[in-house]
This record gives sequence, structure tokens and C-alpha cells, in this order.
Amino acid sequence: MAAGSATALVMEARGLVKRYGHVTALDHADFELRAAEILAVIGDNGAGKSTLIKALSGALVPDAGEIRLDGSPVHFRTPMDARRAGIETVYQDLAVAPALSIAENLFLGRELRRPGVLGSVFRMLDKKRMSEDSTAHMRELRIEIGSMGQAVETLSGGQRQGVAVARSAAFARHVVIMDEPTAALGVKQSTMVLDLIRRVRDRGLSVVLISHDMPHVFEIADRIHVARLGKRIAVLNPRKISMSDTVALMTGALTPDEVAPDALA
Amino acid sequence: MMAIPRFARHDNGLLHVLGKVGPLIALLAACAFFATRSDRFLTGDNLSIVLQQVMVVGVIAIGQTLVILTAGVDLSCGTVMALGAIVMTKLAAELGVSVPVAIVVGIGATTLFGLLNGLLVTRINLPPFIVTLGTLNIAFAITQLYSNAQTVTDLPDAMTALGGTFQVGETSVVYGVVVMLALYALTAFVLRETAAGRHVYAVGNNPEAARLTGIATPRVILAVYVLAGVLYGIAALLSVARTGVGDPNAGQTENLDAITAVVLGGTSLFGGRGTVLGSLLGALIVGVFRNGLTLMGVSSVYQILITGILVILAVATDQLSRRGAR
Amino acid sequence: MGAATLDAQQPIVGLITKTETNPFFVKMKEGAQNAAKANGLKLITGAGRNDGDNAGQVTALENMMAAGAKVIMITVNDSKAIVPAIKKAREKGVVVIALDSPTDPLDATDALYATDNYRAGTLIGQYARAALGSRAPKIATLDLLPGHPVGAQRHNGFLQGFGLAAPEKASNTLGRPNEVVCMADSYGDQTKGQTGMETCLQKNPDINVVYTINEPTAAGAYKALKSAGKEKGVVLVSVDGGCQGIRDIASGEIAATAQQYPVKMAELGVAAAAAFIKTGRKPSGYTDTGVALIAAKPVAGVDSKDVATGMSLCFGRK
Repeated sequence: MAAGSATALVMEARGLVKRYGHVTALDHADFELRAAEILAVIGDNGAGKSTLIKALSGALVPDAGEIRLDGSPVHFRTPMDARRAGIETVYQDLAVAPALSIAENLFLGRELRRPGVLGSVFRMLDKKRMSEDSTAHMRELRIEIGSMGQAVETLSGGQRQGVAVARSAAFARHVVIMDEPTAALGVKQSTMVLDLIRRVRDRGLSVVLISHDMPHVFEIADRIHVARLGKRIAVLNPRKISMSDTVALMTGALTPDEVAPDALA
Repeated sequence: MMAIPRFARHDNGLLHVLGKVGPLIALLAACAFFATRSDRFLTGDNLSIVLQQVMVVGVIAIGQTLVILTAGVDLSCGTVMALGAIVMTKLAAELGVSVPVAIVVGIGATTLFGLLNGLLVTRINLPPFIVTLGTLNIAFAITQLYSNAQTVTDLPDAMTALGGTFQVGETSVVYGVVVMLALYALTAFVLRETAAGRHVYAVGNNPEAARLTGIATPRVILAVYVLAGVLYGIAALLSVARTGVGDPNAGQTENLDAITAVVLGGTSLFGGRGTVLGSLLGALIVGVFRNGLTLMGVSSVYQILITGILVILAVATDQLSRRGAR
Repeated sequence: MGAATLDAQQPIVGLITKTETNPFFVKMKEGAQNAAKANGLKLITGAGRNDGDNAGQVTALENMMAAGAKVIMITVNDSKAIVPAIKKAREKGVVVIALDSPTDPLDATDALYATDNYRAGTLIGQYARAALGSRAPKIATLDLLPGHPVGAQRHNGFLQGFGLAAPEKASNTLGRPNEVVCMADSYGDQTKGQTGMETCLQKNPDINVVYTINEPTAAGAYKALKSAGKEKGVVLVSVDGGCQGIRDIASGEIAATAQQYPVKMAELGVAAAAAFIKTGRKPSGYTDTGVALIAAKPVAGVDSKDVATGMSLCFGRK
């Protein structure tokens, strides 16, 4: 599948700054995300990638700089602001309630109520519709479920990841941010999740993927954003550069001007 | 494109089922046993008596269930109830306040304690065990001081109205029992069919997840403690209606009895799992054993022993049924 | 007034009660205060947190010794568990006097001033027998809790007074002749008394005599009897003689009660303390502080005092 080649930018950030006392986590960092692409964000520890992601998802407010969504400036003060703007995040620990069912988790915090008096006065949930919608969302991502009513804790790690991904894909309008989605998974389940991520992109959403796992990054990313020392030092085309050169750029063994121009994206 | 495997069931099937129907089975088994030991047990009158005897703990247990579902606990429930009973009876019997107003003020007092518990847990982030251990003592002391350790008697008839009865066939049923059953039905409905109810479960099961999905976790927890306080006030009214007095020493065993009922009913002390109807079954189990053993002429110590064994069985079943799941 | 001071500084005596708020002990404290003043002694008080709290009483004992108390009176929550602490106190020369409840063994304290609980039971048993008349007895007992000496003494004394086979005074087991058709434990609590009576009525609807361990239990039993429409034909007896209980006798709810005298216990205790401080003579043995049968309707062959007498001597809110 080709990456979004149009230069339509879903999200961009310019000159983001964040300081914690004497430590500068973000040092005038830039960021660009295109429509319907998978952008991997990589960087060594302390490179500023998690701070960057927190700023984009509303978990922190940068000291300076600008973030734009679909061309318009946005100011997120809380993660809910970002969510309302159509940016969903899949957290590293998934944020699912294991005792609750798949359907309940999918709609957690955004439950559907029954139409009419039953919904408005008695506040009754429309369980049937939530179950049907959940099945539809899962099916769209080609995840096969026995029953939406089964508790999430009965699922394996990869399957739970699937539920978390399906939730964000179901509600995201622009961007899905995924924080180390394959970190806790074995080979078979990682493959399943990577396929899932491709399908999310194929639905037209943009995915920002934070990962330490180079093989996985190279397997699905359309472009690779390299963070180092609080800045963005390069954006790479994974098909035109080797994994070892990428890692070298990350650690500073290689500098951006030493990279072939067609390796940049 | 590789096929995604079907989600498999990983839970420990039999124990899981047992955990859900366990309390009902235990109750039915106990009833069957006592029916064979005493021909008085299964009479309408006796069963009505048992319902009356569990009515107060039953309503307290509703509040306790809500609190425990959020992974909290409320050790002050019984003594707060006693405080409510003393407030409403002293106002009505000694200060001549009209009965409805006295009842409202009494329930107001217990609700305030619920609010206090909730604020200390959510704003100051103190563990519920510690907070309610403190409010347990505070409520007890206030009750003793305000009542001068004297029982309040000579209550106006309206105050004990819920202790009156109506006939179902040959059997007298106390109005208060109907109140208890109605409260259980209402709470079960809210917990199962409304978003607010599901949020209680989510907050208890994974508070971080609840927060990240936009649920106002502190508000849910605060609401639960306040609602529990209201329920303790209603329990106070039922207690007054049943005994005909305001007893400052009431409620001391209810503190743990309510938790026992909740645990026997299958609700997990770790939060996020359980049903409120289970607590009704739990309260009934304890009531049936107490009643049945007295009918059999067995010492009350055995009732305490059996309750202890049942509690361990209930918690063990809950834990083991979850062991199979990952 | 104007008793001689025995010391330049007032000597200190202590009183430790089971709980702070029970009217029985409130009255005892009052009696002790008055007696201490009359004898030129300073009284300091303490209590357990609740009925059965031994640790709280041990702490109070230690604090009073530290404050210099020469004599300590105590109504023990746990007859055995308190003994080591009392022993320590006596080894330091402090005289320890038990009031109301004995220690186990009896001589763990220098002296005991208490109600003869067996006698209290006997009096109400005699009354109940006479009040029942010629009817065949069907007795329900609402007891304290298994194994408690006071509960056993009152229960067994009642059986003996009623004319049935009963264990003797020293026994801790509750006697159960055939005439006793139902037994339940109330833990001295009104609500549990009500519950016990309700269940017993289910078992035997024709119970005609009810023995209760104390008056709150009796109040609960009466409520259950009334709800079942049985209050008229049942002889309900109790022990204590608190003012609420005497009121219940006046209103006909309780037929008779054995009244005990916490003030007498306190007075005797303080007098013994004063004697020890003045002359060095330690008190000893068990002194019965007396118990009187109070009934609204006297019955033939049994001596009882009337309600007015009972009210004048009762403890609690008049």
C-alpha cells in the first residue's frame, strides 16, 4: 500500500519547546504527519520522543511552539481536548478494564443510550447497538470475535491490544497515536497487531507509532521520524535506508548530512 | 494477509460459573438443610421473620456493595446508621420535630458522613480503610455523647410505620422488607443498565483506564460514598421501625456484617466485580443460618463459625475462578 | 463532710469501668466520686473502649499506677486476661479491688464487691414460677453469650429459683432442662434480643416464660412478643434495675427485675480504700452488694419491692 503521497498535512508542529528545570526535553522540535500514513517516531532514551507524543496527545502543554491540526492551530490542555479533536491514543498499558466486556470497553466513557424516554429519563444503555457496533468495528479490522460480551481478561495480550486499537480506530477522526504497541507481545501476536495497524491506515486514518522495535518499524512505517536531543533530526524513507544506518542516526554515530538525499522522505 | 485467529476463552469454566451461582446455591442448600431439621423453618411466618431480621443489614449492604465495587471499603457503615437513628428519634421524640422532617435530618446526618468519607478518599487520597476506621469511631462517639448512652423511647407512631405489616395470604410481611427489596431492584438496575453504573465497575476494575477514557473517576467515587451514606440513613429508619427505639449501641456488629454479606454475595474486595443482588443473597445466608441454628437449638457460636468458613469459601472461589483467566 | 485528710496531699484512688458510657457505670462513678470526697480521697477514672476491651483497661491500670494511685477499683472486661496486669500492680503494693465482675481466679484481686448474680437469677426465677401459676412452663432464655460467668450465673440461678434442676453457682455452662424450649444469645443487645425472641416464637409459639440477661434484651423481647400478639400471656423477667427497666416494669412490659446496686459497690470499694490508706489493713474476700426484686404486681410467697422503690434506687436517666 502506498503511503499518502499528497502533501496534505493532517498534523504539524513547529518549534515545540518543553523544559523541566535545567533539562530541555523538547528543543524547538518540528513534526509533520501526512494523511493516511504510518509515521514511526524513534529515538534513543532522552531524545524527547515521549515528550513530543505527550504534547501531541494533550497530556502536557508545551512552553512554546505551535501545533496545527488540518491547518488550524490547536491548544490542548488535557488529553480529553485532543480526543475531542479526533486524536485517539492507545496507551502502553492499554487502558482497558479487564473485568468488563469487549463491547463495554470499546464504548467506555462514550456509552450509547437508548432512544427516547428510556435513554433520556432512565439513562438506559443501548447494549444491543453497542454490541452490534463493536462487532462491526472489529470486523472492519478483520478481528474475529466469539462474543462481544466476553470479558477482556479472557483474551490474550495480543487480542487485548486488538481491542484497544479497535477502540481508537472506531472513534478517531484524524490521528491514532500508538505507544509501543508490540512491546509486550510475542511474534505471532505482534504480526497480528501490525496487520491491524496497516488496516487502520487503510481506513484513512494517520497513525503515529512510537516503537523501539526496529524490525517492526521497518515492516510497517511509511516514514520514520528520528528524534535526537529534543529535536527532529531527520525523516527517513524506510525503503531507501538500512536499519543499521537508522540506528546510527538515532545514536549520533551518523549525522543527517551523511545520509543519501533519496533516503530522506 | 494472515487470518486473525478467533478469540479463545481462557477462563476457568467451572469455577467461574460456581462463583456466579455459588451464593444462590449456598442459600438454597442451607434452606433445604434447615427444612429437614425443623418443620417450622419453611413456614411463611418464619421466612417473613428472617426477611425482617436481615432488612437493616440488607440495606446497609447495598451501600457497602457500591463502595466495595470501587475497590474501597466502608467500616463506618453500622455506627453511622446508629447515628442516623439517634438523630431522627431524638428530634421526633424529645424535640417534637415532625416525623418526616426528623427522618430527613437523620438521613442528612448519615449522608454528611458519607460525604466526609468520600472527600477524604478522593481529595486527600487517604485509603478508604483508614478513613472509614476513623469515621467509625467519630460516629460512635458522637452517637454516645448526643444520646448520653440512653435509648430513645416513646417514638411517635409515624416514625415506626415501616415496621407495620400487610398480609400476603396467611403471612404478615413488614413494609420495611418491601423497601429493602425495592432498593435492591433499583440499585441492580442502575448498575447494570446505565452508564453511571458501568462506570462504577470501571473505576473499581482499572481506575487508570477509567480516567484515560474520560470518566471523572474522583466524582464517581465521591458519589458512591455519598449514596452509601443515604442508604445508611434509610437503614437507620428501618432499624427504628423494627425495634421501636433509637438505640445508640445499634450497628456495631453491622459494620462487619455488611461486609460479610457483600463478600458472601460474590463481590470482590479488589473492586470491579460483583453484583448487588449477591449481597442480598449473602445477607440472607447469614440470616438463615442464625434463624435455623436457633430453631435447631444450636449455640450461636456455631453460627459465627459457619459464617467464617463461608466467607473463606466465597473469597477462595472468587480468586480461583480468576486464576484460569490471564 | 469535713473528714480528716489522711495525707498532706490527697491520696489517689482509681476506678476503671468496663465502658465510659453505660449508665450502670456512670452511676457507679458518681457513687465513687461522692464517697471519695467524703473520705478525703482524690478519684481518677478510666475505662475500656467497649464491653470486652481488655487492653484499654490494662493501659488505664498502668497509667493510674504511674499517677500514684494507692488503690484501684476495677470492673473487669475479661476475668482472665486482666490478671497479669493486676498481679503486677499488687506486687508494687497497690491494692486492687474488683467491683461487679469477678476475676478468674477469684483471689487475683484483694477483694470483690459485687452482685451475687446467681441470687439475682434465683429471685426472678421464684417470681416467674409464682406468676405463672398452674400453667405448664414453656421457658425461653435470652442469654448473654456462651461461657460468660455472669450470664451463666443469672441463667442457672433463674432455673434454680424456678424450681428446676440447675447447675450450681460455680458452673459456666447453661443448664437446659426440658422446660426450656428455646435458647438464644443476645449479647446484651436490644436488637439481638428481639431477633432471638422472634425466632424462639417461631419454634414454640406457646412460650409463656421468658428469662432475659438484662433489660435492653427484655425490651427487644417485648417488642417481638407484642408483634406476635403474645405479650399478655407471657411472664417476662430480667436483671439490672436500670431506670429504663423500672419504667418498663411500671408500664407492664417487664414483670419483674432483680435490681443491682453499682453505688453500693463503689461505696464499699472506696471505704475499703480509705481504710487501707489510713491503717494499712487490706480488704479481702467477697462481699455481696445486695440485689432486690422489683415488681409491679407482687405474688404470693415471694418478697418484692415496688416500682417507686425501684425508681429511687435505679441508675440511668430518671
